[in-house]
Amino acid sequence: MRHVLSILVENEPGVLSRVAGLFSGRGFNIESLNVAPTLDAGVSRMTICTKGDEQIIEQIIKQLRKLVTVIKVVDLTHQQAVEREMVLIKVSAEDSRRAEILRIADIFRCKVVDVAANELTLEITGDQGKIRAIINLLQRFGIKEIARTGTGALRRSMQLEE
Amino acid sequence: MELTGAQVLLESLRREGVEVVFGYPGGATIDIYHELPKYPFRHVLTRHEQGAVHAADGYARASGKVGVCLVTSGPGATNTVTGIATAYMDSIPLVVFTGQVPTSLIGNDAFQEADIVGITRPCVKHNYLVKDIKDLAETIKQAFYLASTGRPGPVLVDLPKDVLQATVEYAYPGEIHMRSYNPHYEPNSRQIQRVVDLMRFSRKPLLFVGGGVIGSNASEDILWMAKKLNIPVIGSLMGLGAFPGNEPLWFGMVGMHGTYAANMAVNNADLLLAVGVRFDDRVTGKLSSFAEKGKIVHIDIDPTSIRKNVSVDVPMVCDCRRALKALRNELGKDTSINWEEKHEEWVTKIRTWEKSQPMTYDTNGSSFIKPQMVIETIYELTKGRAIIATEVGQNQMWAAQFYKYHKPRTLLTSGGLGTMGYGFPAAIGAQLAFPGSLVIDVAGDGSIQMNIQELATAVSYELPVKIVILNNGHLGMVRQWQELFYNRNYCSTCLHKNPDFVALAKAYGAQGYRIEKRDDVAPVLKEAFATKEPTIVDVLVEPEENVYPMVPAGASLTDMLLV
Repeated sequence: MRHVLSILVENEPGVLSRVAGLFSGRGFNIESLNVAPTLDAGVSRMTICTKGDEQIIEQIIKQLRKLVTVIKVVDLTHQQAVEREMVLIKVSAEDSRRAEILRIADIFRCKVVDVAANELTLEITGDQGKIRAIINLLQRFGIKEIARTGTGALRRSMQLEE
Repeated sequence: MELTGAQVLLESLRREGVEVVFGYPGGATIDIYHELPKYPFRHVLTRHEQGAVHAADGYARASGKVGVCLVTSGPGATNTVTGIATAYMDSIPLVVFTGQVPTSLIGNDAFQEADIVGITRPCVKHNYLVKDIKDLAETIKQAFYLASTGRPGPVLVDLPKDVLQATVEYAYPGEIHMRSYNPHYEPNSRQIQRVVDLMRFSRKPLLFVGGGVIGSNASEDILWMAKKLNIPVIGSLMGLGAFPGNEPLWFGMVGMHGTYAANMAVNNADLLLAVGVRFDDRVTGKLSSFAEKGKIVHIDIDPTSIRKNVSVDVPMVCDCRRALKALRNELGKDTSINWEEKHEEWVTKIRTWEKSQPMTYDTNGSSFIKPQMVIETIYELTKGRAIIATEVGQNQMWAAQFYKYHKPRTLLTSGGLGTMGYGFPAAIGAQLAFPGSLVIDVAGDGSIQMNIQELATAVSYELPVKIVILNNGHLGMVRQWQELFYNRNYCSTCLHKNPDFVALAKAYGAQGYRIEKRDDVAPVLKEAFATKEPTIVDVLVEPEENVYPMVPAGASLTDMLLV
């Protein structure tokens, strides 16, 4: 099962390599990894999406907590959380198809961030499902390049009962 | 007080109470060595950096203090990796200082540069590159704190040459607070209660002790519990010595080369109290049948040890000693149960297993000296009072099976990584910690050649370490596997041209003996143990002797190949 881990780490050189090395060295899988400083310049937040059964996820979390530079690890999977990823997609856009692409972009609330004679670059943010959907839709026009940030996530302030 | 980086390091070591530093100098650390004579601790110059780390590790295991090691940059640093990984696998507190090229050259492929922080990241508890002299004292304090608290382990501090030469106003921090590091020591009282309840109802409990019992100095509490509640005790390789090997409730080592009684007991117990163990694959055999008839209580300071391999009924993340003390408190109060009687049938059952398949070896039809008999003789001569270091392989297993460890910290062995070449330098470290004790390295003819250069160290510092080589002319354990599981294809396991170990010892200025006849074993060992010099005893043993019992890899613990 896919798990989203939110990890606070000391913002110091080598911390990313410690975390990533833990995953590779122990044979755990990283689906996406996103890292940037928080309001406290000394602390960074990493969001890691990973897959595994409960026993593996338990090990991953414990092993992460054991790293001296890791301050806090939260598994957001069983909580309500906001998950977003930002993607830049450069798509082929011949004149004849441009309008259709822009209509899709509009529906998905994308931003057009670059235009050329036969290409459009779109910026989109959303959860996994939305990203998957737009990539699917744009594929038939020909996606030339894609850059994804990986999932960033925060726990929702109100944990309402479902 | 304005100090240079080199002085900051040495002054901080002094404040940490360091008595011995094992090391090897080089260009990057020459500033430290320049200051070294002014400080009160002993520097032991080994002949190889790997020897220095193993010696610091042996010192730490034998004394319970933090082992300290100081080497230069590049090759000096990379030579320590095996020793660091060895200490990491066995949770041994070490602080390793490595020299580094000046910060201005880092990343430039400078002469003798290696990214040692990157290289050792997977095998240290933590490591540091000190880039600013202002951080040096604090970093050293943290390194010692991390190495020795929680689950102990090696910590590496990389010291660029310009940082060692810069100056700073010296202040050594008193206490350390790290927001991201808070080991959990106290047992949870609800879990203690659960264990007590399980103990009340179990008929066939078994105490399983590991290196964590030795690391947390909990041996006395284990002894109390076993005796008071009449519970049989078994150990992992790292746990040997945690419970007196001459006590009637001790049933030996469990696992691949464990005793028949211990292995049968694990798979028949209704309650396994595992303390300070990590359920290594050499211990459990086939996981699905491990302790399948019983509930498992697992006490360990490291949460990652729990449920990593074996599913557990009561997990307790805390210091082993505090957990045992808490159990002792609870159980000591309870007078309603006659523990002696309750477990007598079970203890008798294990004794029957022990009697039916004792730890033994075949003495018929061979004129060769049996390696097991050599270990038994060492035990008889020393009465369990020596510190035994081992190399890795058959010699290690026989030393585990046929010597009884009466006290914790008397067996120094590479349990986790299985490092050949560990034993001799570790013995040197232990001898420095206990100059008056008899320290013996049980070696194989293969292993001893992996760090034999340290004979020069033993001779220079007049350390009377004894090396007993069980010389079978083979890489014995691999040969055993080839015999049993690979159609006797003895590829590359025969050591044809071993050196003359006696002559070699003499060339280094040490003593050398060779034993070729069974009757000479006891008298020659006795003479060797009485000398005040480093000594090699080369014992020519049965070349094709195997270690039994043996659980083939992946088999259930009760499927043992016996003698």
